[in-house]
Parts: sequence; C-alpha cells; structure tokens
Amino acid sequence: MADAVFLAISVLTIGSAIAALELRSLIYGSISLMGTLGGVAGYFLLLDSPFVAMFQIAVYIGSIAVLILFTVMLVRRQLIFIKVEDKRRRYAGIGLMLIMMMSLGAIILSSGIKTIQTDAPPVDFRTIGEDFLTYYWPALILMALILASSVIGALTLARREDIENDQRTS
Amino acid sequence: MTNELVDFVIISIALLAIGIYGVSVKRNAIRMLFAIEIIINAANLNLVAFARYIPNSKGQTFALFSIAIAAAEVAVGLALIIVAYRMYKNVDIAEFRSLKG
Repeated sequence: MADAVFLAISVLTIGSAIAALELRSLIYGSISLMGTLGGVAGYFLLLDSPFVAMFQIAVYIGSIAVLILFTVMLVRRQLIFIKVEDKRRRYAGIGLMLIMMMSLGAIILSSGIKTIQTDAPPVDFRTIGEDFLTYYWPALILMALILASSVIGALTLARREDIENDQRTS
Repeated sequence: MTNELVDFVIISIALLAIGIYGVSVKRNAIRMLFAIEIIINAANLNLVAFARYIPNSKGQTFALFSIAIAAAEVAVGLALIIVAYRMYKNVDIAEFRSLKG
C-alpha cells in the first residue's frame, strides 16, 4: 500500500495537472504546471533517485516553466484569458480520457506487475555517471549537439527581420 | 519500502490520460504544449519507477536523456508558437490552417 507522502504528492500532481489545463488564465495554468513538475520530482525522490529529481527541478521548474511563463507574457492580454473550445469535443475528450484510464488500468492490474517487490539497494548516481561516460558517450555528445542546434533554431525562428531591416536603413 | 510499483504506474497512467485529454480538446497552442509536457513526465515517471523495482541503472540514464530532449523540444515549440502568433496575432491552432511564409 502507498504511504501518506505518496498520497499527498499524488493529490498535488494530478490536481495541478488538471488545473494547468482547465484554469482560465494561462499564467495560473503555467504556475500549476510547475506544481505537476515538482510533484513528479517528489516521486523521483520517493523512488530513491535524487539525481534525476534534482535534474528534473533544475531543467523543468528552473528553465522550461520560466520559459513558458515568459512566452505567455509575450502574448496579448485578451488571448491569455480567452478559452475557445467545442462542448462536444470536450465531452468526447473526457470520454477518451476515462476509457484510456480504465483500459490501461485494467491491463496493468491484471498483469503480474503487482507481485514485483524489491529489496535491492538504490542505484548509486556514480553508476549513472559511469554509464553516461562509458557506454552512452555517443548519445551524450549527440544530445549536446541537439540541445545546441535547438537553441540556435529557436533563436533563428524568433528573430524579427522587420526590426533588423529598420535598424539597418536608419 | 511501502510504495509498490503498481502505484507509480497507475499515477503515470492518470497523467498520460490527462495529457491526451489536453492534446485532443484544447485549441490554445500553449495549453497543448502543457499537455505534451504532462505526457513526457508520465513517461519519465514510468522509466524511473521500473528502473527502481527491476534494479537497474539504465532507466535513470534514459530518464535524464528524455528530460534534456524535452527541454530542447519546448524551446523550439515556444519559438514556433511565437512566430505563428506574430503572423496570425492568435494562438488558436484552428487559425493556423494556411501555412504561408
């Protein structure tokens, strides 16, 4: 059975995930998305993987959530609060969500996953670092290149050519 | 350890279902990005949970890769949303029908 900390983190995570999608204001929505990401970091701590939890907090809450907040602030004010959606589509979406939860839950509960228990000590983060630098080093370098190219791509996409041309002519 | 693997997997399923609801219903591009983030987090939670209960370090390694790639994806996605917003003055994806340069 789950303990109290797990239940508290579950309420925080699921509740703020729903709030992130349903709150009227996009700013409050992005703040509740931070709650979801923080809750998942809490699960990582419960799973004895503090290294992944720290990475999650640094990357998700530290950079992604702040990036989303700044993007929301760049959008016009009326668009932040407006909520256009189809009623029928919404009910269909809720139905899809429930069907998915129930069918996947039934599959998981009927599988043998419940019997899995472990007494093994948690994985040391030194092992993860060793994995990164020995067996997975090509993937690590590729990841660095992907990150660099995505940052360059984002900057190129967000560049404003009209302003640059104005500055050049003046 | 009182928590079982099945608890984490059920939470992960709930997050995945909420994310799929968001992707299929919402029309605001930024909110769809929120939903995609929630789905990615559900996947990471699964990776780390299985890595803990089937004692193995590979799951955590892949979760770290996944988090880094998600950061890149969000940066590009937000830049695309800003470009589309500048063109259409809107973040509603139903307005982005004609992709002209």
